[in-house]
Amino acid sequence: MVDKSLELFDCGHRACGGCGPAMLARFILKGTGEDVIVVASTGCMEVFSTPYPETAWKVPWIHSLFENAAAVASGIEASLKHNNRTEKVVCICGDGATFDIGMLCISGAFERGHDITYICYDNEAYMNTGIQRSGATPYDASTTTSPAGRMSMGNSRPKKDLPQILNAHGATYVATASVAYPMDVMKKVEKAVNTPGATYLQVHAPCSTGWGFDGSKTIEIGKQAIECGLWVNYEMENGELTKAKKVRRVPVDGYLKAQKRFRHLFKPQPVTEEIAKIQAIADANAAKYGIDINLNK
Amino acid sequence: MLQIMEGSHAVAEAAKLCRPEVVSAYPITPQTHIVERLAEMVADGELDAEYMCVESELSALSVCLGASATGSRVYSATSSQGLMLMAEVVFNVAGMRQPIVMSIVNRALGAPLSIWNDQQDSISLRDSGWFQLYGEDVQEMTDQHFIAYKAAEQHDVLLPGFVCFDGFILSHTYEPVDIPTQEEIDAFLPPYVPYNKLDAKAPLSMGMYATPDYYMEFRYETDQAMKRAGDAISAAGREFGEMFGRDYSAHTESYRMDDADVAFVALGSICGTVKDAIDEMRADGIKAGLVKIRTFRPFPAEEIAQALAGVPKVAVLEKNISVGSAMKGAVGPEVKDAVTGTGIDVYSYVIGLGGRDIRKKDIRAVAALAEKGVGNMFYGLRTEVL
Repeated sequence: MVDKSLELFDCGHRACGGCGPAMLARFILKGTGEDVIVVASTGCMEVFSTPYPETAWKVPWIHSLFENAAAVASGIEASLKHNNRTEKVVCICGDGATFDIGMLCISGAFERGHDITYICYDNEAYMNTGIQRSGATPYDASTTTSPAGRMSMGNSRPKKDLPQILNAHGATYVATASVAYPMDVMKKVEKAVNTPGATYLQVHAPCSTGWGFDGSKTIEIGKQAIECGLWVNYEMENGELTKAKKVRRVPVDGYLKAQKRFRHLFKPQPVTEEIAKIQAIADANAAKYGIDINLNK
Repeated sequence: MLQIMEGSHAVAEAAKLCRPEVVSAYPITPQTHIVERLAEMVADGELDAEYMCVESELSALSVCLGASATGSRVYSATSSQGLMLMAEVVFNVAGMRQPIVMSIVNRALGAPLSIWNDQQDSISLRDSGWFQLYGEDVQEMTDQHFIAYKAAEQHDVLLPGFVCFDGFILSHTYEPVDIPTQEEIDAFLPPYVPYNKLDAKAPLSMGMYATPDYYMEFRYETDQAMKRAGDAISAAGREFGEMFGRDYSAHTESYRMDDADVAFVALGSICGTVKDAIDEMRADGIKAGLVKIRTFRPFPAEEIAQALAGVPKVAVLEKNISVGSAMKGAVGPEVKDAVTGTGIDVYSYVIGLGGRDIRKKDIRAVAALAEKGVGNMFYGLRTEVL
């Protein structure tokens, strides 16, 4: 059972106020417990939590490079296995490290079926280097490398469906979660680390700095993403969808309006055809995962 | 007891005798026979290791890093493009002070694609913080693996090391080789005792980032450790000699250097050809000699200066090209630096790139060029195809 009182991620780190990933680090370690080795990729969380000679991690933690966390974790797992050790191996990496530069190592690790859990803190862009778009950046989001402009509506591609890709690798457990629902995160982490084989958890982690909202609104923004269907919390076990969080869906407008990265869709006047395309993404998510609460039934 | 063995299989035997707990590699010519043989050993129960087939060299060395950081002795092997794909991890492993030993089966770098031998791959990573040993023959390169682990794992060293040997020329050649027994190697190389490791019972953070207030000191300490690695290699080489009769306490080997008028400096298998050429030249009245570099990193400058003392002309045979550099080869400037102020003339000769054959007559021709003061050049170009 998850011990909610367990604090293994210390205060005093350098994250921005209201940082979604910082909250997530805390929640993740409540889910794993102390018998864990954490593998980090280069990114915000690595930088804000471990400026030498200080560290926020009260569990063993290692960072090597941007792209190789899954491979480093594979080696750790092999060493633990050889020596009959019990620690769980958990990667905690950003979306750039996961969706883009780390895909090779992740694919290899999941194909080999190591007993590891890979957790992506998904803040939907390269925040550490200054808010550049990644394969996880949603459609039409304005970032520093996909800026909205006279000839651009922001990021021109929809978010990559990474959970399905890892599901196709034969991952024993694939789930999504949101920082907005801490207990759900902890339970899924606990389940992931206790499921044998390679497991994947992708957690929506709003970034006030990168998305453009006040740091006090992180949880609210996270909830709005789920309530409009642009983020779906679900679980897949051995390839089958076993659970999806149902919602009384609201239009995407409110979620978009609350963030500066989508401001160009509303100012100087609403770009209705683009907003409709984003609404269509939410509708497709709802249909795919069956999240709509049907009051007529 | 001497056995006739393929070079790659002898190296696999050496790796096995070092009892690695995790072996991870990605196949690349001409490294393949080593990792195939290790896979057979694991499959047949001869070697109790986790053998991990990965999807790239980037992962191969990353896996080794993770396992090493968790407290295991690890082994990998690669060549050429594979080493380049690993390059980022190569620097990282040194910075994280993990005593990983990796065989480098030397091969040219593309483009153009070449599977044949030169030493561009390992020489290109000379600044990475790994010590580099070069073997002349199958026996030497086999023995260097034992020495590499022993030196790397000393707690005042904790640096990774390459054991380099020429692709095909050594990796695919059958030679008589003495393979020590497991008992003998167990006596020489005790189980790995990590200085620290990832352990839930004693949490620590590894691979943190350093601000300008700390970064330089990390690099300084790595360089200091490399200096100590030289002593550790020497000590391990001496101890190995006492146990097995093959002494590797010196970082260089001098061949017929007494009264030499012209000296070659070289690394690896070419030294065999050079020695034969020297014998011929001596018979013809040309006083030639060889200083073979066995340890290229740390660079044994003092030993080289001593070996070359009083020799008027030095010809460095380079199986690499530092494109755009004044001397052409990467080894020459370091040799020149070692003898600076002595009046010795040092020339580089880029030779045998991409598997181009090097014959005794080529060695003699290089000596003649050096005697004339002509050097810092490619030797043996086919001018008709330029």
